[in-house]
Amino acid sequence: MIASIVFSVICLAGFGFFGWNLWKIRYNINLGKDIDRSGNKSERLKTMLLVAFGQKKMFARPIPALLHLAIYVAFVITQIELIEIIADGVSGQHRMFHEALGGFYTFMISFIEILSVLALIATFAFLARRNIIRLARFQKPEMKGFPSLDANLILLGEILLVMCIFTMNGADEALYLQGASHAAHDVQGSFGFTISAWLGEHVFSGMDVATLHLLERIGWWGHVTMVFAFLNYLPYSKHFHILLAFPNTYYSNLEKKGKFTNMESVTNEVKLMLDPNADPYAAAPEGAEPQRFGAKDVTDLTWKNLMDAYTCTECGRCTSACPANITGKLLSPRKIMMDTRDRLMEVGDNFRKHGKDYDDGKALLGSYILEEELWACTSCNACVQECPVNIDPLSIIVDLRRYLVMEESKMPTELTGMLTNIENNGAPWQFSPADRGNWIHED
Amino acid sequence: MSNLKVPTMAEMMAAGETPDILFWVGCSGSFDDRAKKITKAVVKILNHCNVKFAVLGAEESCTGDPAKRAGNEFTFQMQAMMNIQVLDGYEVKRIVTACPHCFNTLKNEYPELGGNYEVIHHTQLIQDLINTGKLTIEGGTYKGKKITFHDPCYLGRANDVYEAPRVLIEKLDAELVEMKRCKTNGLCCGAGGAQMFKEAEKGNKEINVERTEDALETSATIIATGCPFCNTMMTDGVKNFNKEHEIAVLDVAELIANAAEL
Ligand code: SF4
Ligand code: SF4
Repeated sequence: MIASIVFSVICLAGFGFFGWNLWKIRYNINLGKDIDRSGNKSERLKTMLLVAFGQKKMFARPIPALLHLAIYVAFVITQIELIEIIADGVSGQHRMFHEALGGFYTFMISFIEILSVLALIATFAFLARRNIIRLARFQKPEMKGFPSLDANLILLGEILLVMCIFTMNGADEALYLQGASHAAHDVQGSFGFTISAWLGEHVFSGMDVATLHLLERIGWWGHVTMVFAFLNYLPYSKHFHILLAFPNTYYSNLEKKGKFTNMESVTNEVKLMLDPNADPYAAAPEGAEPQRFGAKDVTDLTWKNLMDAYTCTECGRCTSACPANITGKLLSPRKIMMDTRDRLMEVGDNFRKHGKDYDDGKALLGSYILEEELWACTSCNACVQECPVNIDPLSIIVDLRRYLVMEESKMPTELTGMLTNIENNGAPWQFSPADRGNWIHED
Repeated sequence: MSNLKVPTMAEMMAAGETPDILFWVGCSGSFDDRAKKITKAVVKILNHCNVKFAVLGAEESCTGDPAKRAGNEFTFQMQAMMNIQVLDGYEVKRIVTACPHCFNTLKNEYPELGGNYEVIHHTQLIQDLINTGKLTIEGGTYKGKKITFHDPCYLGRANDVYEAPRVLIEKLDAELVEMKRCKTNGLCCGAGGAQMFKEAEKGNKEINVERTEDALETSATIIATGCPFCNTMMTDGVKNFNKEHEIAVLDVAELIANAAEL
């Protein structure tokens, strides 16, 4: 009875706090500018199924793809067991589905156990890749501090979780063997789960009933605690991608990657400039907000850019394919995404505390991302191609450049020259437009 | 005196004729000495196959690509709108270009500003000429030679064109050897995003050198590209390794024109 109440309170608090964090993230993402990603639903659904559910882009690198798949499938399937845990916890029963489902129950739990072992192996491999082999893409400057800790914490949590599952099932199996499991009304027998049948017989067999009951409860409560801890850690972690990967791939950019967005605000002005009959004073309709060209802070980006930032897994595939980063430049597309997320969380907190007009004197551009990073980008789209969850760092880079160039006229001097040439000569170099056809008559 | 036939749109109009396709030459193809050779190779192929084409000549202007990538949407849209006026004035429907940057901009970014054309890359046009039997190639010149193809970002990843240039290289009876980073994983030459017009930011290596190493690893004797900027970058990269006498950097159009002995 007391256990049921304690459990229900933990449940409510766990889901409640998680819900509050979800609401904050939704609020933050909605601080972005509008962009239409509603059309072409079937193509969107297909992209989501292939890229998020099917992990298609992960398989460009097969080894981490398989390891990741093991953890992913184990995670998804274990949720089924979670239903029973919650039902048991609230009702105070033990293995509610055991008798009801019969052989299917044995099959399900066995399946979960096998996947858990695979996930455990994958987890150790991932820890090794990060901490022993020290793969280059996990050692970049932006990974110092919390991001590295974050990744390791999750992996350690995963190990604990799997240990809890096996302690719970193994101890229960040993109890069953002694005719003392609550799930089997004190009859002697075996659950027949693939892994814990062995554990029950070989690891837990010598223990007395009281110890086993204690271990079984430790496993059970440990499991529950880990699940709620994990759930509430998610919103602070790169692991939030396990939820956002789905909407984020659904709202992918379906256009050709080479197509940069058209700035309609500019189109209107350019049309006025080119139209000799236009009334120059009619330019600004009344009550129109002063336009900012490009992006200086996260609120100038689109909601999709912001969703991208929350979806980023910090895997660094983008950075490891970035020609600028490969050749030692400051630019790292992963850092662009991490900065955007950090700044967005800061702006969101500020707005909720002090209201939407609050200005903390900082901005994404300058306080987080430096001009030197932006000007190193070749717009090659390698980062966009690589990203396993269809994030587009390039579109943020371009919007920040637009702000620098159009609002502040800040750019490398050679580019100023190039732009002047285009405006005056119709070519990025200093040639006379009249000579453009000269090649025809040259030998 | 060159014996190429390169009518301009204005000349065609004056003669009461309409070309089937406009050849968009681009800034590099018009002004850069190395790129002009690529332009001429394309013209040779078009002439040889009796394609009814025209160029804009002095009426052509920068598509605005480097301005847009640099972040200056004003300059880009000014260029785009002026070009669209000219193109629509001549009622242009189809455009071929040898520059992936012009290709991408005309094809993807002009429609929203009112310019709607069917735009193809020169490798796609040449592939079509071969498929329809208008162009035949004997493998003589490049038979058995090792050729590697460097994917231009704005042709490959940006527009998913990977096959046309490769099909053409295989028509040469040459051995197409891929670099370890190719197609969707191809590494940029370092020129895109307006980098062509500025010094690289501080780093420990030039991007074109990194990319040239990929090409050298294949031990190909010819690096083929489909972009005048990639051509410049790879040529410089090869020079950096003092290999300019052993390794040629050529556009696919030049390979085809040479093989067809045009
Ligand atoms: S588009 Fe820019 S940031 Fe992305 S990989 Fe290419 S150079 Fe790096
Ligand atoms: S942007 Fe994509 S590829 Fe880059 S670190 Fe984030 S999830 Fe990985």
